[in-house]
Amino acid sequence: MPEMHWLNADMNDDTSRPVAGGKNSAQNLRFVREEFLAEEPAPVSTVGISGWMRINLFSSPLNIILTAFSLYLVWLIVPPVIEWAFINAIWEGEDRNACLVDNAGACWAFIDAKFGQIIYGRYTIDERWRVDLVYLIGAGALIPLLFEKMPGRRYLALFLILIYPVFAFVLLTGGNFGLPHVETALWGGLLVTLVVAVVGIVASLPLGILLALGRRSDMPVVRMFCIGFIELWRGVPLITVLFMASVMLPLFLPEGVNFDKLIRVLIGVALFSSAYMAEVVRGGLQAIPRGQYEAAHALGLSYWQSMGFIILPQALRMVIPGIVNTFIGLFKDTTLVLIVGLFDLLGIIQLNFTDPNWSTPQTAATGYAFAGLIFWAFCFGMSRYSIRVENKLNEGTRRA
Amino acid sequence: MKFRYLMTAFLGASCFASAAMAATLEDVKSKGYVQCGVSQGLPGFSNPDDAGDWQGIDVDVCRAVAAAIFGDADKVKYTPLSAKERFTALQSGEVDLLSRNTTWTATRDTALGLDFTGVNYYDGQGFLVRRSLGIKSALELNGAAVCTNTGTTTELNVADYFRANDMEYEVVAFEKADEVVAAYDAGRCDVYTTDQSALYANRLKMENADEHVVLPEIISKEPLGPVVRQGDDQWADIVAWSLHAMVNAEELGVSSANIADMRKSTNPAIRRLLGIEGTFGENLGVSNMWADHIVSQVGNYGESFDRNVGKDSPLEITRGLNALWSNGGIMYAPPIR
Repeated sequence: MPEMHWLNADMNDDTSRPVAGGKNSAQNLRFVREEFLAEEPAPVSTVGISGWMRINLFSSPLNIILTAFSLYLVWLIVPPVIEWAFINAIWEGEDRNACLVDNAGACWAFIDAKFGQIIYGRYTIDERWRVDLVYLIGAGALIPLLFEKMPGRRYLALFLILIYPVFAFVLLTGGNFGLPHVETALWGGLLVTLVVAVVGIVASLPLGILLALGRRSDMPVVRMFCIGFIELWRGVPLITVLFMASVMLPLFLPEGVNFDKLIRVLIGVALFSSAYMAEVVRGGLQAIPRGQYEAAHALGLSYWQSMGFIILPQALRMVIPGIVNTFIGLFKDTTLVLIVGLFDLLGIIQLNFTDPNWSTPQTAATGYAFAGLIFWAFCFGMSRYSIRVENKLNEGTRRA
Repeated sequence: MKFRYLMTAFLGASCFASAAMAATLEDVKSKGYVQCGVSQGLPGFSNPDDAGDWQGIDVDVCRAVAAAIFGDADKVKYTPLSAKERFTALQSGEVDLLSRNTTWTATRDTALGLDFTGVNYYDGQGFLVRRSLGIKSALELNGAAVCTNTGTTTELNVADYFRANDMEYEVVAFEKADEVVAAYDAGRCDVYTTDQSALYANRLKMENADEHVVLPEIISKEPLGPVVRQGDDQWADIVAWSLHAMVNAEELGVSSANIADMRKSTNPAIRRLLGIEGTFGENLGVSNMWADHIVSQVGNYGESFDRNVGKDSPLEITRGLNALWSNGGIMYAPPIR
């Protein structure tokens, strides 16, 4: 126990302060603590694993019930999944017979046999190094860009935006520089998923920003056009857009004029997602206080200067979650290209379910599990990165 | 449904007034390949193999046409089409030939501006039961619980068939084909009914495929065959006779294995088929070796059937109606002479 000192009141000049025992106390002494109490260990009930569990899992009767129920669910789901995906799974095999054993789990041999198609589609086998090269250079340029402190980021970004798309296009389609032409009808799998998603993402952001600015413009023609454009594309399901592009468009074109199917889809997806992006960005623009606009005007900045230097940097920062949300939605929407006969990651896996040489009770489940895993990895990656960027950009405004 | 047909018919007809005049054969020859519309995956009819190449009995029709024209069965490019897209794709000229398990019906042959050039697979609604039931014929199905899809003609066909044969049954219907298969496999019904080719394909997805058997009866007519645009008779003839050549080759015993010997045959029918006598190829607008190329590169009809859907494939579909007319089926081709 800490010591307590009874001090003589005379030692203290100030008599106006409250005094222990009252002013007219017989002893006329004051009670003042001179030292801090030594820190005591936290109560046993709040530390360690048991404390953590008590606080987070068993803090009230309702929470106890919920915890027990959740544990029951985990016990119900996890062991069979592990058993299916790993213990009873078949990893190697030449055809369906390998996966026809009793009590068979996931048929990973199917994924193994179809792996080339899942990644490249029906891209000419001898030319697949071109796809690898595009992936590799894209990843090589993108990954350093994700780190703030990397020197020369500006040049990398310029390379990615200006040179890389041309490079990727030339390399993937071929037809010159001695590379054989690989028509887009042969593309498929992850290649198509990434091409559609990346083009959609890269095209939709600038287009969306322009549309959002246009929608808030004072010029009636620009404003009406942007409102019309946004509402038209937002009002139509993506499936309809793709279907129109692939089924109706050829009927209106003269005989023999055939747009590339992939390009039709890319244009459709880019326009569609830019309408959504525009509304996300507009949300950010509306959240900027009027004073910011007026201050920019007062400084004598032109419209584009005030937007570029004052408004957009603040507005975009605020809507990062919304933007990434749209990106993730777009990435997953790429699976819809299946209905126009392009085989994206999911499409090519589904297509291969129809190979009678691999038709087993587990084929479909395995294929869907694999597709889900890849999609999850990409989307989770995007979402984690966006959280990082958000925290980074909000450092100045965050409360400690 | 009706509206869609009318619409496609109208759009097709209006667009294709110009297309019809263009000779497809010339187009194909100048392109250097046949653009062939296939399904987006149907086991044994058109499906990708491990290397990603299309295989199947429908695909073989495309390959046969390419072999007849170019002497090279690989000069085909495939366009996988959904059921909704297929006719538009043909009408608009996106594909030269549609070989996509398409049932030959009056509406499609007339109102849509299309021409069916033959039948490469006689399909029809059949029944799948457990082998353990010991049933040999659909007429023994009195009182059975029948799994089927809701709102399709399959449901109506079953109703007609059971009533016509004065049998009781109980229907267990589902929205999606996969649900029907799962319900049947789980034992919720005794019989699963849909088109026979699909019964064989779905049988492979069941826990133990060998425990299920397809009954011989077929209760509806679904003749599947290749389709071309109406109005280009020469092109229609090439497609029709490519298929006829495969069937004739089987009938005459000419296969990809023995074709070298058969070229020395003295049988006049074989000599005409292989272009040693006569100018049947030239009359078609292709080389006289057309049928020789088809049989040596694609095989005769029986080989194609066995390889893709028949006894050499996991599907193990019996020939049934698709056997040659001389073997109890109805597969019949006009003679080459």
